[in-house]
Amino acid sequence: MAKVKKKIKSIKIDLDKCNGCRACEVICSAFHASPKYSGANPGRARIRMIRDPLRDVYVPVYAGEYTPAECMGRDKYVIDGKEYDECGFCRASCPSRDAFKDPDSGLPLKCDMCEDDPPQEKPLCVQWCLNDALIYEEREEEVEEEESPEALEVGVKALTDKFGLDQIMDAVARMSMSKKG
Amino acid sequence: MRYSETGFNLEIDLSRGNIERVETDPRLTELYLGGLGTNAKILWDRVPPETDPFSPDAPLIFSSGLLGGTIAPGANRTIITAYSPQTLLMGFSMMGGFFAPEMKYAGYDKIIFRGKSPDLVYLWINNDKVEIRDAAHLRGKGAVETQDIIRKELNQPSAHVAAIGLAGENRVYTASIEQGRSSASRLGLGAVMGDKGIKAIAVRGTNDINIARPDEFIKLCNEVLEYIKFRNANPVPNIMTILQGLGSPQEMVETDEKWHTENFSWGNSRIRRKDFWTKEIEERWKSVQLDVRKRLISCYNCPMKCGAIIAVPGLSIYMMKCFTKLTYTMGALVDDLDFGFRISQRAAEYGVDGFSTPQIMAFGFELKEAGILTDADFEGCPSDNEGRFYWLLDRIVRREGIGDILADGTHWAAKKIGKGAEAYVHNNIKKHEQLPLKLGMLNPVYYLMYATGEKANITQIEGQFPQAPFMTMEEREAFVKDWFQVPDEKFKQYVLDWEPRGEHSNPLYPTVDMSVDIVDWQEKMHYIDDALGVCAGLSSFPLKPPYHMHNYPHFISSASGIDMDETGLTEVYNRNRNLVRAINVRRGMRRADEDPPEDHWKKRFPELEKKLLDAYYKFKGWDDDGIPTKETLQKLDLGYVAEDLEQRGIIKNG
Ligand code: SF4
Ligand code: SF4
Ligand code: SF4
Repeated sequence: MAKVKKKIKSIKIDLDKCNGCRACEVICSAFHASPKYSGANPGRARIRMIRDPLRDVYVPVYAGEYTPAECMGRDKYVIDGKEYDECGFCRASCPSRDAFKDPDSGLPLKCDMCEDDPPQEKPLCVQWCLNDALIYEEREEEVEEEESPEALEVGVKALTDKFGLDQIMDAVARMSMSKKG
Repeated sequence: MRYSETGFNLEIDLSRGNIERVETDPRLTELYLGGLGTNAKILWDRVPPETDPFSPDAPLIFSSGLLGGTIAPGANRTIITAYSPQTLLMGFSMMGGFFAPEMKYAGYDKIIFRGKSPDLVYLWINNDKVEIRDAAHLRGKGAVETQDIIRKELNQPSAHVAAIGLAGENRVYTASIEQGRSSASRLGLGAVMGDKGIKAIAVRGTNDINIARPDEFIKLCNEVLEYIKFRNANPVPNIMTILQGLGSPQEMVETDEKWHTENFSWGNSRIRRKDFWTKEIEERWKSVQLDVRKRLISCYNCPMKCGAIIAVPGLSIYMMKCFTKLTYTMGALVDDLDFGFRISQRAAEYGVDGFSTPQIMAFGFELKEAGILTDADFEGCPSDNEGRFYWLLDRIVRREGIGDILADGTHWAAKKIGKGAEAYVHNNIKKHEQLPLKLGMLNPVYYLMYATGEKANITQIEGQFPQAPFMTMEEREAFVKDWFQVPDEKFKQYVLDWEPRGEHSNPLYPTVDMSVDIVDWQEKMHYIDDALGVCAGLSSFPLKPPYHMHNYPHFISSASGIDMDETGLTEVYNRNRNLVRAINVRRGMRRADEDPPEDHWKKRFPELEKKLLDAYYKFKGWDDDGIPTKETLQKLDLGYVAEDLEQRGIIKNG
């Protein structure tokens, strides 16, 4: 299959260097205020400091995808003898918790890497973390090209084989309606 | 729309259980900015001067500053104000940490308590939901522990909690208010909180703070961050390590304590141990500190790391900053730093001031040695230096036996004990225990700060200007070269001409007028910080800080929309300074109270000191007794203050 180049933006998080200051949260909220920097409210940040000083827990977590349903189970990490909260490292905006939801509308928040025009040299949280707990890296990776239409056709054929064309057409119509609605 | 402030205060009447959200007058922000300034205004307006610090009428105010919670780095101070039970004057106490920004995100610039709750309660603020909740189950619980219990029972891991320990509940005059890695320790405001029946305040907020001119504001904030990076990479040379950088003294980072242990006094601020710092001590202390220190931590939105998480094996984890590690160790005359970290854990849970408390205990033992206190007073007290300090700390915090008397601080305890005990109270200003530092030659700038500082706490008055002359002209020139923070070029000359010996040295240089200039600048920066809620560690305290007189006016106007320039800001400072002075003058403070500890310097110069104080009062527009004149007050829109002082006969021939 054909390979294409893709820019991968990543933020390396070094928990040991974090001093728990929440500068990343407040600057993120200010950057995403409109107009830009017209407000501050860490409640709207797309990064969240999970901090529990008395257990020496300091974990900056970035807001990832929205999920309509919570996981069937929970995970809990113990690293070097230190127990982290349930779902402590999860990035999802999830019904089980209030992290990564806009405090007013309840809509999910997601880190967009500070997309800006002209582009920022580094994401704002990284710029404001003077302790180097957040390190920005860009790299190019070769990835497989998106699935070709032929592959799609193969897939659809497989489905019609199984369910019959009518049923597939109905399902597609329903899905497209609910998406518009 | 209100910018940079929420425009609302939370008014809590504890006697009636009444909670009100009250809109504030934007004109007051223009006049006093916020924080300390508006706190002083409330204290002046609401209660007559006779009010006892423990009267139900006496207000207890938790305030943010005008820039608090904005993206301005280090704008995180909580400015707590009440009458101090110890000095009986206006109580200044500030804490860093995370409380004030969260309070602002919840929608309030201040929380103002009045009245007294019949039962122990805590306040839970979750945006516009505010509840007074029962705290019976928290009685006697540690100040650190309480914060955690409350977060858990509310299921609010992101809430920030300010709490008192047993000392506050028992109205110990050195009781602190603890919050995260910070505490408001000085002047006994924890006792006022305990007297009102408030165990803790928990707050969580998710509202916006608005900025009037965002483009300008972000630029200023980025400049401050850039300059912090520069300063972190470029410590000021030719002065002692802890003064070279930004932040409050880096006691959690630094393990070399030669200077403190050999120059500060041990015991009841008496004993100098000039050869204390041996190789063995150095190694032992370093390994102790590095072992218990788990992480260096900061306050809200600040890149510095002035605090630390301390985990001593066998004890619950707590947080520490500044000198506490030394004050107990040195007060108790113990040679092992391990003791300092251990007893500080207990002291943090009890919630006591780490400056005054060890001195009060050392004072107690001095009285015992002198035979003024007897064995009967210390029945059951262990005889070793460590054991007896724990023993007495427990007694003071519980107000048991001799502890009950000492819990009021050295001044009041000596009065009660009598039998000449007062002669052993030798390190106070305005009834408040000071740093255990005894020096040789009078420094005129420090004389003035010690004498006149309303905060009665030198670290919150000093800053910006070098503490001592540089040794060579080369060093002086290097220092002033990039010193753009000076409000006036003349300060550079003062530094250039200041010499360690000879005509241009202490006590006659800086001259009287120069000393007054310097102190005025130092005070000005602190008063502005305290109104804006910016940490002194990034502004008034260190040399060459990122915030200064030239960028502050722009910060204020771009954040709040208030027109501000250097002249205007100086006027606000003078207004706040005079209002604070008037509050204390109205409570009886006079020139005679402005007296540094007699033995603070070995060499004293009464005539020079008189000149210094005269000149300072004159510069301020005060009379010979330190009372602001009618003209001074009127010029500063404080006509109502002048009128009141006149009616009370305090201003005489106005
Ligand atoms: S800005 Fe950096 S140091 Fe501060 S909380 Fe965020 S990750 Fe930690
Ligand atoms: S990268 Fe940008 S959007 Fe993402 S958390 Fe950091 S500041 Fe917010
Ligand atoms: S300089 Fe230090 S004390 Fe001040 S806000 Fe920063 S971390 Fe806190």
